[in-house]
Amino acid sequence: MKMKKYYLNFLDELESEAIFILREVAAQFRNPVVLFSGGKDSIVVAHLAMKAFYPAKMPFPLLHVDTGHNFPETIEFRDSLVEEMGAQLLVGSVQDSIDEGRVAEESGKRASRNVLQIATLLDAIESNKIDCAIGGGRRDEEKARAKERFFSHRDEFGQWDPKNQRPELWNLFNGKQREGEHFRVFPISNWTEMDVWSYIHRENIAIPSLYFAHDREVIWRDNSWIPVSEYITIDAKEIPEVKKIRFRTLGDITITGGIESDADTLEKIVEEVSAMRQTERGNRADDKRSESAMEDRKREGYF
Amino acid sequence: MDLSTSQLLRFSTAGSVDDGKSTLIGRLLYDSKSIFEDQLEAIESTSLKKGHVGVDLALFTDGLRDEREQGITIDVAYRYFTTPKRKFIIADTPGHIQYTRNMVTGASTANVAIILIDARHGVIEQTKRHSYIASLLQIPHIIVCVNKMDLLDFKEERFNEIVEEYESILSKMMIKDVRFIPISALKGDNVVKRSEKMNWFQGAPLLHTLETLHISSDINKIDARFPVQTVIRPQREGFIDYRGYAGRIESGILRTGDEITVLPSGFKSKIKSIDVQRKELKEAFAPMSVSITLEDNIDISRGDMIVRADNQPRVEQEFDVMLCWLNNAIARPNAKYTIRHTTNEQKAMIKNVLYKMDINKLERNTEDKQINMNDICRVTIRTTKPLMIDEYRDNRFTGSMILVDEGTNETVAAGMIL
Repeated sequence: MKMKKYYLNFLDELESEAIFILREVAAQFRNPVVLFSGGKDSIVVAHLAMKAFYPAKMPFPLLHVDTGHNFPETIEFRDSLVEEMGAQLLVGSVQDSIDEGRVAEESGKRASRNVLQIATLLDAIESNKIDCAIGGGRRDEEKARAKERFFSHRDEFGQWDPKNQRPELWNLFNGKQREGEHFRVFPISNWTEMDVWSYIHRENIAIPSLYFAHDREVIWRDNSWIPVSEYITIDAKEIPEVKKIRFRTLGDITITGGIESDADTLEKIVEEVSAMRQTERGNRADDKRSESAMEDRKREGYF
Repeated sequence: MDLSTSQLLRFSTAGSVDDGKSTLIGRLLYDSKSIFEDQLEAIESTSLKKGHVGVDLALFTDGLRDEREQGITIDVAYRYFTTPKRKFIIADTPGHIQYTRNMVTGASTANVAIILIDARHGVIEQTKRHSYIASLLQIPHIIVCVNKMDLLDFKEERFNEIVEEYESILSKMMIKDVRFIPISALKGDNVVKRSEKMNWFQGAPLLHTLETLHISSDINKIDARFPVQTVIRPQREGFIDYRGYAGRIESGILRTGDEITVLPSGFKSKIKSIDVQRKELKEAFAPMSVSITLEDNIDISRGDMIVRADNQPRVEQEFDVMLCWLNNAIARPNAKYTIRHTTNEQKAMIKNVLYKMDINKLERNTEDKQINMNDICRVTIRTTKPLMIDEYRDNRFTGSMILVDEGTNETVAAGMIL
């Protein structure tokens, strides 16, 4: 008789950990939401949340912080997923925050609405009385994220205090808070980019077409292919051309750079990612602003 | 790599800047090709700016702005790498006594602790402290890396001396599996590649050891414990009567048809099904997250525990724990705290302080009863309602608890049940 092996492979262990965290959120908070960007990490979190509560529906609405500078494919994907899941969708609009004079639009060639999202996100959290926002942040993404807890406390101003975080031991998570404070919870903290792709492949999870290689009009800026769109300013030296590219991460259309690739299936993407020699955020202009760009934004209340 | 069998190994490191801890982690990541080109370029340019010769591997573990400026590790940082054999999570923790609480945090889920010894200095206070914490937190495997062997001409005698020295402090601890490796993190000897300068060493290099260590038995597979996190009641067509108890099996194995007892009520039933989404399983084991349905309709809610009828935990409201105090505010004896144990939450107080541990000298102090930040002491805890507990040494998950301050909501203490 073959001996049975009583251990999990690492993807199963990561999945079990994430499901445990999501169930803790449902049990400990009154009004949690899943932060949904349409990117692969938040799609995986939504998939895990469906798994965690099956056959009941996922007990969290999705919250999308809409910068107005979207890839149309992302919005299409978002709406079809929401319908399929039968989930509730909340939208916080950066354009509204600008129109209401809550934030001022950046100007110039490198203008981006990335930092502006913070105010919109915090407003949406306050006006919807959200006490926990579940995000797809991963510790391997960036050095400030490497210090993040699963259950991460935010004060009444939405700020993160990285030097004074609650200790987090074993599987005991403390989500206690005062009125007006909230938590950010990161169920896939321990996943790497490779884990996310292996999992998407294994579970055959639907993702936006932008992740697969396709022809697109782009310009070469800051070592990556930036999509030509109505939202960016192109100078005389930047010549638009059509390239076969795909995106490794999805953010604003103005700051998300693509890579040249022929990977048009999940198998090929997994293969390509495993051979990658650059980090995925290397193509994100928002992280290139300074050495502590992520830490600074996170302190203010960024995702 | 074969995803279907490849396991996850969590290990912790502790140390200060001078121990070569950052260099060791940098070396592991660099030699296992887990560092990306853009990260390497960033570090090359910083190394150059700081006037270092070559790439300063320690810069890979750079953290928050304050840590970079002061050149220290304050909080736990998590790092990841994968080899064709395993996925690894490193809990990189500070080593100084004033950050004991961060070390305890990083050690709580580790399979392996790496203890670094500077070959020039041998066993020092810090070595004892790190080892004591590893023993207290019952990390199943310890790997003692005797570092900076290059500075001592890779001499076998020095290595043997240190092994002997370390074995003499082991008698005061409960460490089951310990192994020693002579290394030079700076030069790369015995980290990923076998050292050519230490042919006298018969053991495997560090990475190979981490890749092959037997960890399947680290989780208790004997005592089935299933703390209920939440109850799933879909109340929709096709599932009107579905009542699933959602949770993670913290230890042991559960099978459909098993006779179970629900604690603390004591009601008995049988397992009808074990579900993971649409999949029905015949059996499930720790650490799987599942939902369980029972043959009988009984009242079960969050905080209850499903166990096998023939193997039950202690149900007590007064017990001793080794408590590590994590907060700036000193402990208030006889004050009320919230205790969190598995998914259960009750009120509790510290009834009695038996002794405090001097973790540098490994001695008990029965005079000083005031509990300050980073103190580790044996105390008696009393709770308002009984908890379903096991001894920590048998079960890391049903044997651990935290205390939460009701005023500040902060996690102020972590305890291991005796």
